[in-house]
Amino acid sequence: MTDISVSHSRRVPFTVDKLGVLIAALAAVAAFLPFAAFRANRIVLGEAKGLFAALPGWEAAVLAIVLAAGIGIALFRTPTLWRLATSLVVLALLFVAIGHAGSFLTPPGDKIARVSPGAGFWLLIFAFALLAADAIARLKLKPWTRIGVLAAVALFFAVLLGSGTLNDLSILREYANRGDTFWREAQTHLALALGSLAAATVAGIPIGILCHRSDAWRAPVLNVLNAIQTIPSIALFGLLIAPLAWVAANIPGASAVGISGIGAAPAMVALFAYSLLPVVANTVVGLDGVPPAANDAAKGMGMTDWQRLTTVEFPLAFPVILTGIRIVLVQNIGLATIAALIGGGGFGVFVFQGVGQTAMDLVLLGAVPTVALAFAAAVVLDATVEMVSPKDTRRD
Amino acid sequence: MIEIEALTKDYLELTVVDRVSLTVADGEIAVIVGTSGSGKTTLLRMINRLIEPTSGTVKIDGQDTRAVPAFELRRRIGYAIQGHGLFPHRTVGQNIATVPTLLGWDKAKIAARVDELLELFQLPAAEFRDRMPSELSGGQQQRVGVARALAAEPKLLLMDEPFGALDPIIRAKAQSDLLAIQKRFGTTIVLVTHDMEEAIHLGSRIAVMDRGKLLQYAPPDEIIARPATPFVAELIGTGERPFRLLSLGKVRDLVEPGPAQGEPISADASLRDAYAECLWTGREMLPVVDADGASIGRIRRDDIAHKAERPQ
Repeated sequence: MTDISVSHSRRVPFTVDKLGVLIAALAAVAAFLPFAAFRANRIVLGEAKGLFAALPGWEAAVLAIVLAAGIGIALFRTPTLWRLATSLVVLALLFVAIGHAGSFLTPPGDKIARVSPGAGFWLLIFAFALLAADAIARLKLKPWTRIGVLAAVALFFAVLLGSGTLNDLSILREYANRGDTFWREAQTHLALALGSLAAATVAGIPIGILCHRSDAWRAPVLNVLNAIQTIPSIALFGLLIAPLAWVAANIPGASAVGISGIGAAPAMVALFAYSLLPVVANTVVGLDGVPPAANDAAKGMGMTDWQRLTTVEFPLAFPVILTGIRIVLVQNIGLATIAALIGGGGFGVFVFQGVGQTAMDLVLLGAVPTVALAFAAAVVLDATVEMVSPKDTRRD
Repeated sequence: MIEIEALTKDYLELTVVDRVSLTVADGEIAVIVGTSGSGKTTLLRMINRLIEPTSGTVKIDGQDTRAVPAFELRRRIGYAIQGHGLFPHRTVGQNIATVPTLLGWDKAKIAARVDELLELFQLPAAEFRDRMPSELSGGQQQRVGVARALAAEPKLLLMDEPFGALDPIIRAKAQSDLLAIQKRFGTTIVLVTHDMEEAIHLGSRIAVMDRGKLLQYAPPDEIIARPATPFVAELIGTGERPFRLLSLGKVRDLVEPGPAQGEPISADASLRDAYAECLWTGREMLPVVDADGASIGRIRRDDIAHKAERPQ
């Protein structure tokens, strides 16, 4: 497809790209929305600042020209690599610019005033992220290349944050106030998401194998797990308080190992319960997908059940099982936010504090790392699934 | 030698295989033929206990198959199936090495055996050993499937419609390869098919099954000449009988000294092919040559036609 559009664009230089129209429209609208918002302190209403009000004149002019060029490249059919390069350059400039807007708008020495990204900034980020995602999809990058792109993006943000360019933005002002708690909650968040995933994998794969082997177990087990999946997450966290409190109070040693009605224990149990369905269901589907002839041959050649499971069925089902693990990991990174409601910690702590104080900057301090983590996990695991899946190179 | 004695399989009310008894001598190819639902595959799968019989016994070289654990029994018996059943995540070499690996052969011996079998099936080892099954054509996959079944040098090979998924030209090649390999190793083969043509071509004995019962178990010429029931006759096809009989004979059997005109025919061709050649070219007789192309005499059309008559 890429080749066709490239050669096509050589013959007819100005053909419009369908997705480009949407991206250009979004970016054009964004240009008229506030680029940044200025507030005298963290909870008063903001004062919208357009692009030229938010940045020094020449910087705004440069950014406007780059944006116009970016919109042009997105709108018309251009080589995919150009589109990718353009989107990455524009995104990088936008992040640098919003950092400069923070320094430009904050009166010198003022520690109370807040500058946060405006709707225009977010919409521009969305439009050019869409362009980048589309270009990456069209390039059909190899799994390792995609992980490489992700690492480069992570490195860019590490350098940007380390250089202090963004330090005058509201979200980093919130971070500066809570640097130590931030990293502690980050650890808790990862421990909740990864710990429940590990437990669900260890328990879910054997349950999936059992369901695959025995029709008597399959329907009841999958139905129960389906039912758990439909319980709203806040309700499930709440429902677990009573039974776990009882366990902590009545079973010797339970409270010593950290089990209690509130805190990390019920959060872990709830995340584990949500994680089971994708792992079990994908294990069953993966095992069902093993070619019957391969299974019959394995039996007929004298493999024991265990040998057949470990050397034929499991390796063939593994890519599907890994897809289930990917679903769980992304889902858990998001769901772990709610653990804060019952004292379980994690990035949700900032989200709920922020909501309580109507301090949106604090909400972002919890939400942005959660989204970034989930996104990174999705990219890495998608690439892994592709690497372990058999390549279809059948000739006839 | 395989001795099957009153072998029966019931599923609830339904009797799928009904008191079947037959004996396959060493080095024979026994072909079980029947329509779908005749119980032929069930009978085959009871020999290596993929299906446990309801009653009756199977003895291999005098030993009851129930005397050893099923998986050990199966490692001694080759097994090839329709659609080859190759492991898609393993290379051709690893697939062929399956049973030797299960039996714990040492690596050098396994590697040597894999290469030997690949060459035997006209798949150059250096080129094919490390390919994945999905990179092979259907005919190549099928050959790897049979090579895998023979890897641990089994004395007995079970084949369930092994050529069913192949097109006619590749199938004919696969059949003649199988006959050559059987001759070389002396393997006893039990093969299931629904194709009477294939049964007559490959079988030293044919077992005809219908609705779980064994109707007739005899050499091909006897099955053609004296079908035990109308069903067997129908399976052979009454209009096909003389030609099926001819396909059993070789030109070599009817060669006489003397000259003849025109394109010669090979002494190893079937009488059916020779008769077709006579009819097509309007000749009374054909010159016959041996494998080296040296003339060894001639064959007469009338002699061939005589062979197609019902045996007394």
